[in-house]
Amino acid sequence: MKNIVIQLETLSCPTCAAKIEGALKKTAGVKGPEVLFNSSRVKLAYDEQVIDVEGIKKVISKLGYGSLSVKETS
Amino acid sequence: MMKKLSKKTLVIIVSFLVGISYILHKTIAYHPITIAVMLVSTAIAGGPILRRALAALRYRIVGIDALVSIAVIGALIIGEYWEAAAVTFLFMIGDYLESRTLEKTRSSLKSLMALAPDTARVRIDGVEQTLAPDELEKGMVLVIKPGERIAADGVVLEGTAYVDQASITGEPVPVFKEVGERIFSGTIITSGYLIVEATQVGESTTFAKILHLVEEAQDAKAPTQKFIERFSRYYTPAIIVLSLITYLISRDVHMALTFLVIACPGALVISVPVSIVAAIGASAKNGILVKGGEVLEKLSRIQAAAFDKTGTLTEGRPSVVSVHAYGMSEEDLLRIAVIGEAYSEHPLATAIIKEGANRGIVPNVNPENPEHIQGKGIRFTLEGESYLIGNRALLEENGVDMALALQDVDHEEHERNTAVMIGTSDRVIGLIAIADQLREEAFSVIRELKGLGIKKRVMFTGDSKGTAETVANTLQLDEFRYELLPEHKLEAVKELQKNYGSVAFIGDGINDAPSLATADVGIAIGAAGNDVAMETADVVLLGQKLGALVDAISISRMATRNMKQNIFFAIGVAIILLVGVLLGGVTLSIGMLVHELSVLLVIINATRILRFAKRKKYTIV
Repeated sequence: MKNIVIQLETLSCPTCAAKIEGALKKTAGVKGPEVLFNSSRVKLAYDEQVIDVEGIKKVISKLGYGSLSVKETS
Repeated sequence: MMKKLSKKTLVIIVSFLVGISYILHKTIAYHPITIAVMLVSTAIAGGPILRRALAALRYRIVGIDALVSIAVIGALIIGEYWEAAAVTFLFMIGDYLESRTLEKTRSSLKSLMALAPDTARVRIDGVEQTLAPDELEKGMVLVIKPGERIAADGVVLEGTAYVDQASITGEPVPVFKEVGERIFSGTIITSGYLIVEATQVGESTTFAKILHLVEEAQDAKAPTQKFIERFSRYYTPAIIVLSLITYLISRDVHMALTFLVIACPGALVISVPVSIVAAIGASAKNGILVKGGEVLEKLSRIQAAAFDKTGTLTEGRPSVVSVHAYGMSEEDLLRIAVIGEAYSEHPLATAIIKEGANRGIVPNVNPENPEHIQGKGIRFTLEGESYLIGNRALLEENGVDMALALQDVDHEEHERNTAVMIGTSDRVIGLIAIADQLREEAFSVIRELKGLGIKKRVMFTGDSKGTAETVANTLQLDEFRYELLPEHKLEAVKELQKNYGSVAFIGDGINDAPSLATADVGIAIGAAGNDVAMETADVVLLGQKLGALVDAISISRMATRNMKQNIFFAIGVAIILLVGVLLGGVTLSIGMLVHELSVLLVIINATRILRFAKRKKYTIV
C-alpha cells in the first residue's frame, strides 16, 4: 500500500470532486480516496499489485480532469 | 498552460459560432446553414460535456454533466437546435468564468504559498554560498541581508534587524530582533543584518506547518456542507425522475428538458465551500489560522469566552512599570540594579535588565562578591559600597532603614505590582515596581466581545483572589476564577459549557492544552513556533495581538452570513425558475443562463469576505 496526493487542475465544481471521488472508490486497488475541492487535490492509498499511478491518473483524466503532480506521503 | 490556452480558445470559437447562429436564426431562421453552424457549435462545446457524462456513468455516477447532456440531446431530437447550441455554450462559458472567479476566492492562500523562500545564503567554513531551502540542514549558519526572506527557523547569533513577520503573524509592523531571539522562515528582514543558526528547516519550520494546516483547513468540511453534499447525491437522480414525471403529465418535451437544466444544484453545492475558502484565506492573511468550516461555524456561534490570564490577557513576561529612586537619579539606581542582577536569570532580574537596556544602561563592570540569598534576593559590592537587592523582608532583616520607601511600597502593593527594593547596608535607595502587564488591547477586546454579543467573559488564573480581582475589575470582566490549577481550568470550561452552550477558551498554549481541546473552540494566542498549541487549538492566533480574536470572530460571522445568503439565493433562484418553467416563458437557454449566473453570483458574493479590512488600531478608552 502506498499513500499519494495528486494535485489536479483547478476543480470548478464540488460535484466534479464528488464524481472523481466516486469513480476512484469503484476503482480496484484504490483505498479511501478523498477529493479535496478547495485545494483541488486527491488523497488516496493504492495497492501496487493491482494498479499504478498512471492507471489512477487515467481514471481521473477520463472524467475530464488533468493531474499536475503526484506526491508520495507516509 | 497549453491546456488553459486551448480552453480559452475554445470559448472564443464557440462564442463566435453562437453569435453567428443567433444572427442567422434571426434573419434566415432554420435554414440548413443555420442548423449546420448550430450543430458545429453544439458539438465543440457539448462534446467534452457528453464525454465526461459517459465516463462518470461507467462508474454509475449521475452528475450535472449527465443532466445537461440529456437536455441537449433531447433538444436536438425535437429540433431545437438553437436551444442546444445556446445551452452548451452557456454551460461552457459558465464553467470557464466560474473557475476564474473561484481562483480569486482561493487567491489569499496562493499568495501565502508564494511567500515560501526560494534561496538561502549559508556560511560554511567561513565561505558564503547559496543553497536551495530544501538543502538546508539544522545547525547551518545563515546570513541574511536587508530585503531577503529568511529560509529557516532559527536563533540570532549575530547582528540586529527589523523583521517583517506579516507572513506568519499578520502584523504589519516590523519587529526588532537581536542576539538570542527566534526568527521564522518566510519572514523578511526590512533593515539590518542577521547571522542565524538554523533550528528548523524545510517541512519542520513554523511557516511550512502553517501552510500545511491551512491547506488541510480549507477542505475540512462544515456540517452545512456535508448536509448539502448528501442532499445533492440523491437530488440529481431525483431530478431525472421528476423530469420524466413532468413529461408524462404535461406531454411537453421542452418543459421536461428545461426542468433538467434548471434543477442543476450548481449554485447550492458551491455556496458553502466558496465562503469557507474565502474566509480561511482572509483569516490567514490576518495571521489567524482557522481549522476548517466546522470551526468557522462554531466560532460564529460562541456564547461565552474564557481567557487564561497569564500570557493571554497579560503579556506573560514581567516588565518594569515604575522606578522610584531616593537620593539619586533613576538612571543611577538602574545602573546599580542592572550590574547587580547581570548574572541572575530570575524573571524579575530579566525585567530590570531589559528596562536598563531600554534606557541605554549597559552593565560595564562586574559586581564584586555577588551572593544569592535564596528566595529573597542578592547581595554584592560595587565601587566600595555594599548593596542589597530583593524583597522588603530581605532589606528589613538586614536592618536597612526603609522609611523613605514605605509610602511607595504600600502604593505598589496596592496596585498588585511586585516591589523590588534596593538598599545600601544602612538605607533604602530605591524601588523598582514590576508587573506582568496587561496586553495593550485587552480592555478594548473584552469590550468589543460584549458588542459582538458574547454573553459571558471570564478569566481563569492560578493567582490569588486579590490579584485576579484587580485584573478582572480593570478589564470589566463578567466573572473570574482564581487559584486554578490546569485541571481546574478544564473543569471550569466544562461548567461554562453546561451553562452557556458554546464556549471558546483562549490561552497561550502553555499548560492549557486540555482546556484548548475541551472548549468548543480552543483559541491559542502567540502560537507561532509552539507546535503543541498549533496542533491542539481550533483557531491559532499566530501573532501577539489579542485583537486578532475579534477579527477571527468577525470573519467567522461574516462567513456564516455569506453562506446563508448563498444558500437562500441558490434555493430562491431554483424556485423562481421552477415556477417560470411551469408557467411557461423560461426556455432551456434562459434556464441555463440564469443557472450559470446564479453560480457566478454565489462565487462573487464569497469574494466579498476577502475584502475584510485589516483592523487599524486598538484604542484604549
